[in-house]
Amino acid sequence: MNNILKKFIPQILAILFVILIFGFLTMNAQTNMDNRGIDFGFGFLSQESSFDVQFSLIEYSGSDSYARAFLVGLLNTLLVSFISIIICTILGVIIGVARLSSNYLIKNAAAWYVEFFRNIPLLLQIFFWYYAALRALPLPEKANAWFGVTYMTVKGYYIPAMVWENLNVFLYCGLAAIIAIIVLKNYANNLRDTQGKQIPVFIYSIGLLIVLPLLSFLFGGVSLGFELPELKKLSKISYIYEGGISLPPELIALVLALSLYTSTFVAECVRAGIEGVSKGQKEAAASVGLTPNQVLKLVIMPQALRIIIPPTTNQYLNLTKNSSLAAAIAYPDLVLVFAGTALMQTGKAIEIVSITMLTYLTISLTIAAVMNWYNKKIEIKEK
Amino acid sequence: MQTINFLKPSRDNIKNYSIIGSFLVLVSLIDVISNAFFKINLTFFLPGSLTTLFPLITGLIGLNMMRIDYSGNKTLDSLNKNINTNNFNALLTLLILFSIIKALPQSLSWMIFDATISGDSKDACTGTGACWTYIKVWFRRFMYGMYPNEFHWRINTAFILVIALGFVGYFMKENLKKYLALYYVIIYPVIAYLVIYYLISGGSFGLQWVETGAWGGLSLTFIVSFFCLIFCFPLGMIFALGRRSNLPAIKYISICYIEFWRGVPLITVLFMSSVMFPMFLPEDFFMDKLVRVIIAITLFEAAYCAEVIRGGLQSLPRGQYDAAKSLGMGYWKMHIFVILPQALKLVIPGIANTFLALVKDTPLIFVVGLAELAGMLALAKTNPKWLGFAMEGYIFASIIFWIICYAMSKYSYNLEAKYKTER
Repeated sequence: MNNILKKFIPQILAILFVILIFGFLTMNAQTNMDNRGIDFGFGFLSQESSFDVQFSLIEYSGSDSYARAFLVGLLNTLLVSFISIIICTILGVIIGVARLSSNYLIKNAAAWYVEFFRNIPLLLQIFFWYYAALRALPLPEKANAWFGVTYMTVKGYYIPAMVWENLNVFLYCGLAAIIAIIVLKNYANNLRDTQGKQIPVFIYSIGLLIVLPLLSFLFGGVSLGFELPELKKLSKISYIYEGGISLPPELIALVLALSLYTSTFVAECVRAGIEGVSKGQKEAAASVGLTPNQVLKLVIMPQALRIIIPPTTNQYLNLTKNSSLAAAIAYPDLVLVFAGTALMQTGKAIEIVSITMLTYLTISLTIAAVMNWYNKKIEIKEK
Repeated sequence: MQTINFLKPSRDNIKNYSIIGSFLVLVSLIDVISNAFFKINLTFFLPGSLTTLFPLITGLIGLNMMRIDYSGNKTLDSLNKNINTNNFNALLTLLILFSIIKALPQSLSWMIFDATISGDSKDACTGTGACWTYIKVWFRRFMYGMYPNEFHWRINTAFILVIALGFVGYFMKENLKKYLALYYVIIYPVIAYLVIYYLISGGSFGLQWVETGAWGGLSLTFIVSFFCLIFCFPLGMIFALGRRSNLPAIKYISICYIEFWRGVPLITVLFMSSVMFPMFLPEDFFMDKLVRVIIAITLFEAAYCAEVIRGGLQSLPRGQYDAAKSLGMGYWKMHIFVILPQALKLVIPGIANTFLALVKDTPLIFVVGLAELAGMLALAKTNPKWLGFAMEGYIFASIIFWIICYAMSKYSYNLEAKYKTER
């Protein structure tokens, strides 16, 4: 009896405490909203938003609904996170490997890179790129062409747009190439297991990836043209580039800051992972007659990746959450478009802030769940 | 065979090779230095593209000639081992050296030689370099925000008092040491709060009231991170214990709390504290913006703290729990006297990293209108008298934050090394 009481009383107290807090807050919210004449509800999502967004991946105008504005913001957040994740991974792997280099200068340069970018608050870095570094770029009419066709100006980065014809045929060919690679890989595995023969799968795969889409150009009627950005005079002193794709300076500043900042953490994960594989593994693999490439591919990398991937995913999650700092330099991400502009217009503080938080929470929890599943899968199965 | 031996450095011809090699490397370095510092092109007689590649090629050949295993010369050996193991390494070495030499004169002249620091208005800055006058004039604003100039001593005194009180633990008598935890967890925060409230806010003892809206600059960064730091630690401890509890209700409440805060970005939490939180408070109840922000950041960081502490709790061997239980200790006794002292020692580096993240996150309070250092910079940057000095401002702020964060990370690294050996 005593034991049961000991178990239940704290739990009941805790639940009561939580209920009391939530009840208190809800009651206050109820009275406050009644007094101010605000009603709770998500009906506003289908109303006309009547504000414009500077940069959006999908068609959007002021006559669209708030729900579509939410989608625009979410896509912009995902875009900036996606680009930054790719860049920070490449940089992070290079720096992480460089930190293990035997070259004194490279090792120290990489270490200082990490110490430098890791210890300055991300917001300051974003401000630095946006307000100080990118503002020093030339005006559109004075810009020099990079690689002949792209223009880096104070108003953004202009790159040629691709104009496809019969894009779907091209995509089908790419899909066919991927399926062919999977089939080839299975066949090669089968061959290795049954007859002990090896096929250079990697080279064949790359060949397939290049050849099949190329064939679509020759026979599938696919053609690719480029729409180049061209300088156009708006008024006496103001010029602008038209055509092509323009990346706004906000996006560039954000991508630069996020990827440089996060790459330091990725570099540390990579370093820890490679250091975590004991030297004996490499020697043992070499002593059973594997070639250096095979040692790296079959012995070192699988073990290092097991250490590297979980913390790196965590960094990707942090990056996605940090991309919300976009609001500080007016890049139209989820926070700025939805929790900023839409909130100002509708005044639905509770609904909008909860939707925004729930969106981020969903992204985080989904990735965390996938990660847990992956961790379980690659875990060393001990007997 | 003979020719190959002749081309490759060996012990016999090492002298000639090392001398010619180092001469070539020297030539390449001199070429780059003269180019970068004095704008003299020593290789003007070569065609354009070759001029830029000349130092690289000579340097590579030179390093290649110097490379020999176990030459017997100590300097040469250590050089070969550290920066010249193979051609690829030599190339990277040269590239790094060249880029440092190329970047040095530009940044040095901008930051030091061409910079201005005299004067007290924008007109003093006529040079091509940085305008440190701007930092000098705005220095007090960057440090203390809009806090009235004549009361800055109050902030300084409060900080000195709080820091001095923090060191009390070092001088405590041996028999009072057992109350140390109590002091740091309960008494110290209360005293610190009172000191900051009465000294910085004022309003009594003949001190003029200064509202929190006027607080700002680096001192606000310190105030916010200090309070969040001392409050988030006990809160995190509670949730860490909660998550490890056997009681399902408490366990799931803790998990929900931790996962919720860890899943949302801080900026939305701050938005919540500024626009949503007032809706949840009783009507006639007013809470200062700064207090709301501190509560929001504390709740947020407590979740991260909890996860770090949980890691420490998990890494303790089961035997510790069993041993404590077999002595007849209850849950609280076991945790306070056996488990937590060991677990907390283990997680000190992790906690230090969490605090580091906290300090780096404080500039975010800028989005709710509190102007700490980053916010003051944004304000100064748009001042019509001081347009166009964004670069100087951000470099100044970056240096300050970098020093703070680097010192903290080095300190946590030292702690980690210290406690690693003890176990």
